[in-house]
Amino acid sequence: MRFHLSEEQVAIQDAIRGTLADCWQLEQQHKFADGEADFDQTSWDALMALGLGSILLPDSGMGLLDAALVCEVVGEAAAPGPLIGQLLSVAAVAHTSHEAAKAYLAGLEAGTTVAALALGESPYVQCAKAAQLFLAGGRDGALSLIEAGEGVTIEAVKSTDRSRPISRVSFEGAKSHELFAAGDPMVSKIHDAALVLIAADSLGGAQKCTDMTVAYAKEREQFGQPIGRFQGLKHQLAHMALDVEPARAQVWYAAYAHDANLPDAERAAAMAKAHLCDVYVRTTRAAVAAHGGIGYTWEYGLNYWFRRAAFNRAWLGSPLQHRARAADLAGW
Amino acid sequence: MDLSYGAEAEEFRKEVRAFLKEAWTPAAELRGADLKVFIKDFRLKATDKGYLYRAIPKQYGGSEQPVDVIKAQVIREEFGKMRAPMEMGGNGMNMTVPTLLEKGTEEQKELFIRKTMSGEYIWGQGYSEPGSGSDLASVRTKGELSADGTKWIINGQKIWTSQGMQSTHMFMLVRTEPDAPKHDGITYLLIDLNQPGITRRPIKQMTGEEGDHTFCEFFFDNAETPVSWQVGERGQGWYVSRTTLKHERASIGSADGLGNQFKKLVELAKETGRIGEPIIRDRLAQIEGFVLSHRYTSFRLFSCSAAGEDPGNVQLMMKLYLTEIGHEMALLAQELIGEYAFIEPEGAGGRGPRGPRGPEKWMDQIMGSLGNSIAGGASNIQRNIIGERGLGLPRDLAMSGEK
Ligand SMILES: Cc1cc2nc3c(=O)[nH]c(=O)nc-3n(C[C@H](O)[C@H](O)[C@H](O)COP(=O)(O)OP(=O)(O)OC[C@H]3O[C@@H](n4cnc5c(N)ncnc54)[C@H](O)[C@@H]3O)c2cc1C
Repeated sequence: MRFHLSEEQVAIQDAIRGTLADCWQLEQQHKFADGEADFDQTSWDALMALGLGSILLPDSGMGLLDAALVCEVVGEAAAPGPLIGQLLSVAAVAHTSHEAAKAYLAGLEAGTTVAALALGESPYVQCAKAAQLFLAGGRDGALSLIEAGEGVTIEAVKSTDRSRPISRVSFEGAKSHELFAAGDPMVSKIHDAALVLIAADSLGGAQKCTDMTVAYAKEREQFGQPIGRFQGLKHQLAHMALDVEPARAQVWYAAYAHDANLPDAERAAAMAKAHLCDVYVRTTRAAVAAHGGIGYTWEYGLNYWFRRAAFNRAWLGSPLQHRARAADLAGW
Repeated sequence: MDLSYGAEAEEFRKEVRAFLKEAWTPAAELRGADLKVFIKDFRLKATDKGYLYRAIPKQYGGSEQPVDVIKAQVIREEFGKMRAPMEMGGNGMNMTVPTLLEKGTEEQKELFIRKTMSGEYIWGQGYSEPGSGSDLASVRTKGELSADGTKWIINGQKIWTSQGMQSTHMFMLVRTEPDAPKHDGITYLLIDLNQPGITRRPIKQMTGEEGDHTFCEFFFDNAETPVSWQVGERGQGWYVSRTTLKHERASIGSADGLGNQFKKLVELAKETGRIGEPIIRDRLAQIEGFVLSHRYTSFRLFSCSAAGEDPGNVQLMMKLYLTEIGHEMALLAQELIGEYAFIEPEGAGGRGPRGPRGPEKWMDQIMGSLGNSIAGGASNIQRNIIGERGLGLPRDLAMSGEK
């Protein structure tokens, strides 16, 4: 029985945290948000140089849990790039028997070929301008890998989430490789995995906002006191932590259930997506409120997480939609 | 991660099952005193096998087993499945015995541990007073040495003592050094409650619990206890009591209990024909999001404890988390029972003779969930603990002297 992180897992998270600290600070966030790009080569290369592209290869000795731990740290930094799409494309291509698609594996794994996540019915796709491939398809349909280029129309949209800008994308007559046919269990597994990774990104973001707020409350003084001494605020901060920290184990469980093929894996993914996205939205709201005026500025940066929370919440289905699925799956 | 317990644990499980199959087969006709004898005998056998009283040395009647949280869990699961009695519960086992094992004298261990294990001694927790609740270190019940220095003479009042009417003994915090700073003037005493200087009175609870089942207040009027029943040094009682509270906190959070209660809430939604309503389904799943977080966090705590690693802040959160989930369940239950809330359930308060109980029985949970936000450290105190000890925020000025 083991249900907490190993030293190695903690070390990997620290390594990613350190890598992002070198290239993705508030300064870079602002610059990126003000620009037109939907992708940042420097931070992407730095992450890929850590070998993240191979986590979901079948023989890596790792699994969705490890991928979730990575996404958590990336969410913490609100780093750009279609990491979830990339990791899941590697997993899908590695498992498919579609030979032509397999040719992409090496580039995907290395991160030199960038793959964006285009699951579900939504026309909005993150980092679409930068992507060479799109992992696409609905839960009830086939799962396909679509090549950028002819037949793929990309129309940039002004995004709420400034860390992962979106475009409106359509795939009329694009070159597509069907990785898994409709009804293949891998289709729903990939969808579930995406939900777990969004939950993990949300966990990281919520933790980061809590940490930023706690740090600010220790340093900001009013009435001659650090504001963190005032019980009204202290209790709000305690509730932020109370919302985030116990939820961490729910992300772990959903990822573990997926890796271990437990019968409740699909439901655990839906529950984790719903719960963590709610937590993320609540935490970012609480963080802004607890900061006072500075929290309401663009300059301070909290809004990057706030916006990312808004995206994650609606991405691939809202909490209400996933809870409705979870209710059905429980046979209620 | 791996939620299986491993081959060794599964072997051990077989052993426990075999034992239970043989030792726990009370005949259906066993009742009353005969059943009590059977249970007592069963506990002795289970202790012999090393399944019960594992933390207690053999010389005091325990089975003195090395710490093994996985084995302990397997035992809980198997005993639970067979509905076999585990250790005696209550304050005595949860608080008095651990405190004595850590801080008691040889004489105290000899005097109290066996009799507490057998249920002969039942302990009340004498901490709260009318003027001292959250600010526990302000207790005023007074202890003075008798002229010959052999006895403590006690005067004052304790209140809200759970199981107080059944208790034979009490562990209590008493002010013995009125001039010392408040945390350093308290002594931790054990006392026999059946003596002329003590009057007890039950206090009826909002749930309807009363008589022998409710909490009560105690008046001490020159009550006496031997100096040899003092645990730890004179004036150090506050620090002795910290052992106790830690044990209580650890035993409050129970994931299985919460999970079962949630299942019953889903059943209630089915019984009342509301399970098909989208709003009800969403509220249930929303609450379940917290129930699952609580459940998997207890796995995490369990896993850390098995590995001897510190789980960090999250352990400070479990009591408040459980309390808050209990409130959410109560609110939904109140919607679901609708007009059944008009009816006071049979045996209100969950004890005493009961007739058939319909959905109105949820009134017990609806009221009882409030007890959790008060007993064992009120919710605001939990929030302070999370904020100050957990997040490292500066201490409240009023509480800056707290230890
Ligand atoms: C069912 C039940 C069983 C109990 N069993 C026992 C028992 O066996 N033995 C025993 O000794 N006691 C027992 N208690 C008593 C319990 O420990 C106290 O009620 C509790 O510690 C709160 O103290 P109080 O009632 O004096 O409330 P107070 O301390 O007066 O608190 C009242 C309110 O003020 C808030 N408050 C107090 N201080 C602060 C602060 N610093 N910051 C913010 N808010 C604050 C509290 O959160 C609460 O909301 C029991 C209580 C209940 C309800």
